[in-house]
Amino acid sequence: MTHVLTTASKLVQDYRYGFVTDIAEDAVPKGLNEDIVRLISAKKGEPDWMTDWRLAAFRHWQTLTEPHWARADYAPIDYQDIRYYSAPRQNAKKGEVDPELAKTFEKLGVPLHERGALAGVAVDAVFDSVSVATTQRERLKKLGIIFCSMSEAIREHGELVRQYLGSVVPPTDNFFAALNSAVFTDGSFCFIPRGVRCPIELSTYFRINAISTGQFERTLIIAEPESYVSYIEGCTAPARDENQLHAAIVELVALEGAQIKYSTVQNWFAGDAEGKGGIYNFVTKRGHCRGARSRISWTQVEVGAAITWKYPSVILEGADSVGEFYSVAFTNNRMQADTGTKMIHLGPRTRSTIVSKGISGGQSANTYRGLVKVLPKAAGARNHTCCDSMLLGPHCSANTFPVIESRNATAITEHEATTSRISEEQLFYLRSRGLDEETATALIVHGFCKEVLKELPLEFAVEAVKLLELKLEHSVG
Amino acid sequence: MSVDAEFELRDLRVKNGGKEILKGVDLILRRGETHALMGPNGSGKSTLASVIMGHPDYEVIGGDLLFRGQSLLGLAPEERAKRGVFLAFQYPVAVPGVSVARFLKAAVEAVRGKTTGTGGFLKGVREQMKTLEMSDAFLDRGLNDGFSGGEKKRLEILQMLLLKPALGVLDETDSGLDIDALRIVAEGVNRLRGPDLTLLVITHYERLLKLIEPDHLHVLLEGRIVFSGGPEAVQNLEQHGYDWIREQVGAEAVA
Repeated sequence: MTHVLTTASKLVQDYRYGFVTDIAEDAVPKGLNEDIVRLISAKKGEPDWMTDWRLAAFRHWQTLTEPHWARADYAPIDYQDIRYYSAPRQNAKKGEVDPELAKTFEKLGVPLHERGALAGVAVDAVFDSVSVATTQRERLKKLGIIFCSMSEAIREHGELVRQYLGSVVPPTDNFFAALNSAVFTDGSFCFIPRGVRCPIELSTYFRINAISTGQFERTLIIAEPESYVSYIEGCTAPARDENQLHAAIVELVALEGAQIKYSTVQNWFAGDAEGKGGIYNFVTKRGHCRGARSRISWTQVEVGAAITWKYPSVILEGADSVGEFYSVAFTNNRMQADTGTKMIHLGPRTRSTIVSKGISGGQSANTYRGLVKVLPKAAGARNHTCCDSMLLGPHCSANTFPVIESRNATAITEHEATTSRISEEQLFYLRSRGLDEETATALIVHGFCKEVLKELPLEFAVEAVKLLELKLEHSVG
Repeated sequence: MSVDAEFELRDLRVKNGGKEILKGVDLILRRGETHALMGPNGSGKSTLASVIMGHPDYEVIGGDLLFRGQSLLGLAPEERAKRGVFLAFQYPVAVPGVSVARFLKAAVEAVRGKTTGTGGFLKGVREQMKTLEMSDAFLDRGLNDGFSGGEKKRLEILQMLLLKPALGVLDETDSGLDIDALRIVAEGVNRLRGPDLTLLVITHYERLLKLIEPDHLHVLLEGRIVFSGGPEAVQNLEQHGYDWIREQVGAEAVA
């Protein structure tokens, strides 16, 4: 018991992003009603169409009930006990970042100045409900690329937003999507014009800071014909005893010949060893390959959050379009992850690849849930799915729920799945070469995930591997 | 204990899966000596190899293993490796996704207790690989993943060459090797032989012992060492098989 507790406090300690920034916040009262929705919209200075859009979503949300088909147990969420908007009161001139916030992001490894190490990355930094800075904008603007916060996009690029917002994930899509559509606060907006290859990585860093506050990010990426963009998303939150809700929507639109590569390292606070605290990560992410030959790749490394409910999907409408999903989901202690993907093949010769690697330790539950659907017009569609699960201990569980529905006889779908315990013989072999048990386990797990990790942008992959190793340190023995 | 013993097994008794496999094994290897351990299938040879390296599935129920006068019992496999114990596995396991280069570097750094620069390290590795007639492409492959028997055994010997152990245990390194591969592997081992390497060569067949000539030969039968002799005994075993030993043991028992 003592051992368990020590490990727990160590784990919380090792979650070095668990600190709280002491900054005054401009927050709306707890609870959710039409007035709150209007208030959020007003705070962001939105046009009427946006306010009405939100209200319609809110009214629809009220008719829905929270879904519980995922393999995750949690107490009912009191939606009236959540604060839906909280923004830091910035103590800085217009166009500058509050020093306290700059310090926070520096500490998170996301410097907001444009010099130095992150020159190859443009960052949109979101703190609770607002974007506090977006870097490299001028450089991108010269190429016609728009990279800004969603709030700004609604104000400055209203027509583009109006055309695409909700076109991939409609407000009526599901319970959490409706909730997000009503109260979404900030996130990033990216527009890559025709024929432009975005020369740097675009990224958003989401930070939850305020207590009892939910974060409802909304990201929209539009890639015009023959364009390319690689986008990275990271996130952390303070270590708290309470559960906090993160219900995001990410929509990707790839037009003819366009390619979007979307990478996530999700490291929300996962709660302590007893399962107290942590983020509920209930997220709807979907890409739409609208044009022929377009391509959308999701790569995710999920190592945080108390509960993850997330299925980044691709609708393959354009002929010869390609969808990819590469995922590593690591769960430990009492974490619960129910994650996977949907590949919806509408167009002819559309192809999809799914590689999912689940690793569970402690008493965690790790579920892969996937759907590959081939519709009648998707002649010659192909899917290859590979789901592997690795169990690190005797008390964790892994589940795989792959569904394949094919309504075109010319389509080819393949599915492979394995579940294994981390092998004693592999451990012994590596230990006989001087590697201690933790290092040996990390090496085995790293090898297990390699296929996915190699899909990440290089520098990001290095970070992801380090993070994975840190998480593994307390999952063995 | 004998003062100059580098490695000593003292009345070692080992259980696995509730069954006693080693029933009191005594063995002394002096520094720099090469000992061969032979015996028919099921005699306990591989158990002995696993126990020396500290495999968690084997329970030592009596006796001791002493390396340089200190007991290895209670030491984790990695601790034994750091003290200079090396086991060339009979069946090296695959670790998919972990490249040979990465693994070798991690192993060498762990055993030496210090980091090494990648460039210089790989240069040294490639030189050793050349002597074992291994192509550079090996380095990028997943560890033992899809390797042929011969490739696996070469990699074991490559590791031994890189880790330069004080005590090397070869567990049926000859099994699954053709004549050419056997010669290459044996030459690799012989290059390491000298006053700093004490070697225990476990094998089923005498053909390996023609290439790695032992100073002493022991025969393990049903969990006990029943015969110890000089290298000339290899010939007798080859000609007469283990029945010859059984007769000898029987005769001694009668005498």
